Amino acid sequence: MKILVCITNVPDTSAKISFTDNNTKLNKAGVQYMIGPYDDYALARAVELKEKSGGSITVLNVGEADSDPQIRKALAIGADDAIRVNCDPQDSYFTAAQIAAVAKEGNYDLILMGRESIDFNSGVVHGLVGEMLGIPSFSPVMKLDIEGNIAKFAREIEGGKEHLEAPLPLVLGCQEPIAEWKIPNMRGIMTARTKPLKVVEPVEVNDLASLTAYSLPAPKGACKMIPADQAETLISLLKTEAKVL
Amino acid sequence: MSVLIFVELDNGSIKKTSLEAVAYGAAVAQTQSTTATVLAIGNADSNELAKAGAYGASKVLHANEAALSNENAMAYASVLAAAVQQESSKIVILPKSGLSDAMGARVAAKLGASIVSGVTELPDLSNGFQVKRSIYTGKAFATVEVKGDIKILGIKKNAIEAQEGSGTATVESFNPSLPDGDFTAKVINQEKASGELSLTEADIIVSGGRGMKGPEHWQPLLDLAEALGAATGCSKPVSDLDWRPHHEHIGQTGIKVAPNLYIACGISGAIQHLAGVNSSKVIVAINKDPEAPFFKAADYGIVGDVFDVLPRLTKAVKESK
Ligand SMILES: Cc1cc2nc3c(=O)[nH]c(=O)nc-3n(C[C@H](O)[C@H](O)[C@H](O)COP(=O)(O)OP(=O)(O)OC[C@H]3O[C@@H](n4cnc5c(N)ncnc54)[C@H](O)[C@@H]3O)c2cc1C
Repeated sequence: MKILVCITNVPDTSAKISFTDNNTKLNKAGVQYMIGPYDDYALARAVELKEKSGGSITVLNVGEADSDPQIRKALAIGADDAIRVNCDPQDSYFTAAQIAAVAKEGNYDLILMGRESIDFNSGVVHGLVGEMLGIPSFSPVMKLDIEGNIAKFAREIEGGKEHLEAPLPLVLGCQEPIAEWKIPNMRGIMTARTKPLKVVEPVEVNDLASLTAYSLPAPKGACKMIPADQAETLISLLKTEAKVL
Repeated sequence: MSVLIFVELDNGSIKKTSLEAVAYGAAVAQTQSTTATVLAIGNADSNELAKAGAYGASKVLHANEAALSNENAMAYASVLAAAVQQESSKIVILPKSGLSDAMGARVAAKLGASIVSGVTELPDLSNGFQVKRSIYTGKAFATVEVKGDIKILGIKKNAIEAQEGSGTATVESFNPSLPDGDFTAKVINQEKASGELSLTEADIIVSGGRGMKGPEHWQPLLDLAEALGAATGCSKPVSDLDWRPHHEHIGQTGIKVAPNLYIACGISGAIQHLAGVNSSKVIVAINKDPEAPFFKAADYGIVGDVFDVLPRLTKAVKESK
């Protein structure tokens, strides 16, 4: 089985977000980067599936050279080789078109990615890629097994989950508890250095959307503290002052 | 040319967040001197669907073939794409949700349309077609120029104040043919908590963290939620430990919520948890540690033991009714 795992290179979940260049660029000073946490779940499950039934894992990132540390980390966790589409993606459609172009070349049985990236939170790339390739897509997938040519999986629905079976190939947007995040071991880190990372240039895509500026939410006012022995007054404040009850 | 709005149904009625999408679509339609058409998929009574008229829609297309009884995003996308074509729509509005994102994505790829998800305000038409969207899990916003001939927008909760008016909409049945390729997956079964208030729809959420000490101690929190008519949520470690079901997990890697009131009980307020709640209108934190980071993100705070504070709040709510 050939698995393609798409990963994003995103600011760490604890990063403080601010902007530079007249609010047109993310201020990267002091920001740590990570593999998108949902993508990391997808990768972890791919590694487990490969351990169980063999096959290969290619990791794909649509991004610039500063993604390479995250790509190497994915190789250290267990991917066999990597492809980076060299560009700074700003739009879901554009990103999906790059992934679809790579996927068409590689004939993958399974294309896994996170349910959403944690920078743009769009949650639409898996659906776009599925439609561009003419194959089914599902998200958010929280359980996945492969038996022969059939994927048996569960996706989260409102208030519960739905168990499904579908023939490969598929595109799946993943989330926990599909697998536990994996930490690369020393051997993995060593072998990752020599695994192939191919850099390709992006395909041309119609310009459908572009970022014009960033902004930050208005700062939160001070928190009004209520003594614990007068907890009841909270309820009247929520009624009369905050007007939410 | 009418603006097309997809609405999600809950037991045959249009969900509240979807009514917001209707109001949003109707407001956009006005700027384009056109009408707003709604698409509803699944079982529903015509009278319920006609209520979309009170939020500005003039027509509702209703697709309710048996094959559409499960929320199959691919088949739903085929229906939506057919509706876009029938109505010659250039603007499509969906309420932001897992289902709508999945549908919107497939429709965008079918039609070569622009898609922007997480929109928080009405578009700015003074210079092209620009929308503001939430990014970095609520930590920031981006303004995006949407350039496609067809534009698909996923609307975040509270992007517009939905005012109920007096109009009604006509309801037409709409059953385009569906490609077999949309039905290659077999639904084996569904596990669904019935009668539970949905977190994404709820006006009030009472949420518990590791400070609740264990699943057997949840009753005081459930009591307050019941008294307030609130949905219940939890932090990630709580669902990881199986103290509460996974679908209650709120935060960066869980559900993002935007209620009017979020009450956090024994949750420290880690940045990854806050990422899922920072769109709430009013936040209350209850924590025994005065240094808990949640107090920096909250509007009201009580430093105290949840097992002392929660029963007193429940009693106060009941007495104030
Ligand atoms: C990539 C990543 C993604 C993550 N995603 C999420 C996410 O989506 N959602 C999420 O919630 N977390 C997430 N986390 C985890 C997050 O960092 C925190 O570890 C988690 O939110 C802490 O949960 P908690 O507040 O319930 O527990 P704790 O941090 O243990 O806090 C318990 C709190 O309860 C208080 N307390 C204890 N006893 C009492 C009492 N009797 N009365 C009152 N207060 C009491 C304590 O003072 C403390 O503040 C993520 C982490 C990472 C690295």
